[in-house]
Amino acid sequence: MTRNAVLGIGNILLSDEGVGVRVVEALASRASWPDDIELIDGGTCGMEMLDQLEELDLLVVVDCVRGGRPPGTPVVLRGEAVPVFFRTKLSPHQIGLADVLASLELTGRAPRETVIVGIEPESLALGMELTPAVGARLPELVDLTLGELERRGLLVGAVG
Amino acid sequence: MSKRVTIDPVTRIEGHLRVDVEVDGGRVKKAWASGQMWRGVENILIGRDPRDAWAITQRICGVCTTVHAMASVRAVENALQLEIPVNAQYIRNMIMLAHAIHDHIVHFYHLSALDWVDVVSALKADPDKSAELAQSLSNWNGNSKAEFRKVQEKLKGFVGTGQLGIFTNGYWGHPAMKLTPEVNLLAVVHYLQALEVQRYANKIVAILGSKSPHIQNVAVGGVANPLSLDAQSVLTVERLLAVKEWMLKLDDFVKNVYLVDVAAIGAFYADWTKVGRGITDYLCVPDIPLDGKGTTFALPGGYIEGGKLESFKPIKTFGDQYFVDGVSEAIKHSWYDYKAGNNQSLHPYKGETTPNYTDFQDDGKYSWLKSPTFYGKPMQVGPLARVLNMLAAGHEPTKKYATTALDLVSTIAGTPVGLEAMHSTIGRHAARAVGCAVQSDEMIKQWDLLVTNMAKGDLTTFNKPVFPKGEQMGVGFHEAPRGVLSHWVVIDSGKIANYQCVVPTTWNAAPRNENDQPGAYEACLLDNPVADPEKPLEVLRTVHSFDPCLACAVHVVDEEQRPVVTVTAAGSC
Repeated sequence: MTRNAVLGIGNILLSDEGVGVRVVEALASRASWPDDIELIDGGTCGMEMLDQLEELDLLVVVDCVRGGRPPGTPVVLRGEAVPVFFRTKLSPHQIGLADVLASLELTGRAPRETVIVGIEPESLALGMELTPAVGARLPELVDLTLGELERRGLLVGAVG
Repeated sequence: MSKRVTIDPVTRIEGHLRVDVEVDGGRVKKAWASGQMWRGVENILIGRDPRDAWAITQRICGVCTTVHAMASVRAVENALQLEIPVNAQYIRNMIMLAHAIHDHIVHFYHLSALDWVDVVSALKADPDKSAELAQSLSNWNGNSKAEFRKVQEKLKGFVGTGQLGIFTNGYWGHPAMKLTPEVNLLAVVHYLQALEVQRYANKIVAILGSKSPHIQNVAVGGVANPLSLDAQSVLTVERLLAVKEWMLKLDDFVKNVYLVDVAAIGAFYADWTKVGRGITDYLCVPDIPLDGKGTTFALPGGYIEGGKLESFKPIKTFGDQYFVDGVSEAIKHSWYDYKAGNNQSLHPYKGETTPNYTDFQDDGKYSWLKSPTFYGKPMQVGPLARVLNMLAAGHEPTKKYATTALDLVSTIAGTPVGLEAMHSTIGRHAARAVGCAVQSDEMIKQWDLLVTNMAKGDLTTFNKPVFPKGEQMGVGFHEAPRGVLSHWVVIDSGKIANYQCVVPTTWNAAPRNENDQPGAYEACLLDNPVADPEKPLEVLRTVHSFDPCLACAVHVVDEEQRPVVTVTAAGSC
């Protein structure tokens, strides 16, 4: 059995910032879910996740991604785009995911493959609801996440 | 001619902090600390069910999830005068202590040690000599020559690829870096071992808290962990035995590595015992309650004025009136407005969170943090406040570990170093390690208390809360890793009518108060040396010694590749 995880990150108190967590919640509410894919609501945590992210075959990070696209535009980053992404220090949040992954590199336990599934936020204002632009695309983001798992032969027979 | 240096954001901290200093003659003459993000969580809570507040407030911040959950349920329980089962206290206590130990280890090794340790210099070390030095200081089983050689090889490979990764933001080769290559290597070896060991603390939180990173087991009235001596899928004796084993592993590391390293690095940087004194009015609250009401505590708390232990005034119980009456928050220099005027200071029960952003004004408003005061005075909170208050209260374990640390520092430095040295930048690190050793002892004691009580047949963990009609007010305080945390709730007929969080970093990183007195960071930065305004490592050392955590934590991944850290050294002012 391989070891895989879908990690939703972001702050659910800041509207679209929490979209990654919302995707994980949607996946967790499905009728069945395979044992070899852990669902992690990472929130805004950092080093506390080190254990859960060790020696993964596949890590799918779901987060909001700011790239100047129209709000609600989904984006999937794979392969070369991922390390570039983390190397450029993506947020002022210094003990965030980038540092957790760097620590895993240091101990030789980094995920074999990391994929980022994201969506362009409309608003990061205070509030526990997604904006309509992002909320409407949530099912699509869930499907994109499932698609990444299916492409790698995970989820076979598990999704109804 | 003075030079203005702006560090925005300060790195290797949680959240977004800007620090400005005016440097003249190689010393800081004036300082401003500015929280750069608005935390308006209080407004989200109004009108909600008080039983849900803990789950929402634990999302305020990425590091302090647990502490906000605890302070929140305590606030609601205090408002309802609700006693909780002692088993629930023990379980909460273990979670809080494991969280604190995790936080302190990660802070020292992974966030602040790089201010003192030159990672690149470690490549030049003789690994055998480095291991011998480590063995002379402690009998930790990770101090073998083979281990030191292995780590140095690994580091060579890592640096060789040009991927410094987590070490990227270090000021390597800075003139203020004073350790020998051997001591630097020792620190790097323990940095990696700390990465391993911190996992045990996480496992404890995950098992007792039912989920990690966000715990799920707390509830207003107790905890949701069903206890059982043998049944499956609850907190069984078997699981508790695993928890105990992790506690002992952490304990070994805390006492034989962390405490020793802090003492050693402190001794090599003895000049930093004279820097960063700042505010010496120290506030801490008692914690680790031993009864259901919170009238007796394992770790004492109180207030010390002017650094004088004999001035100690205890804070004795949950909801202690001396504490409740003392706290208020000013916004004269913060980006908020109060209805009654901006020179007012409001008690948290009457707190308001109405933003008024003005841009950074040196003499006006310049921070999203409010300025909390205790009886009108700015305070220093955190590990140093905690250790000094516990010493003042005559807490024996604190005396024991403070003596151990100071004796070791004195031996290595070759000169007697006393308690006076603790009022400093390096002293805050020492206090954190001393406090951590005390917490480790206490965590094991809490485990014993729980298991003993279960063996007596008491398996209760929850008392159902009842919300009466009308208004109730309550405060929940917690001596969190970074210091005094308090949540203040006003409940009206079962709904939240007002909510304020007064968090440790708000105390320490506060802007000037209503009387223009600086906050703890600002005061501690005065007279701080700065050798090179372009590389203000020394400023970071003092700020990092507080372990800043600006409860806000926006986490957006930014595809635009831009430098996130800017240090601007502007011309004269």
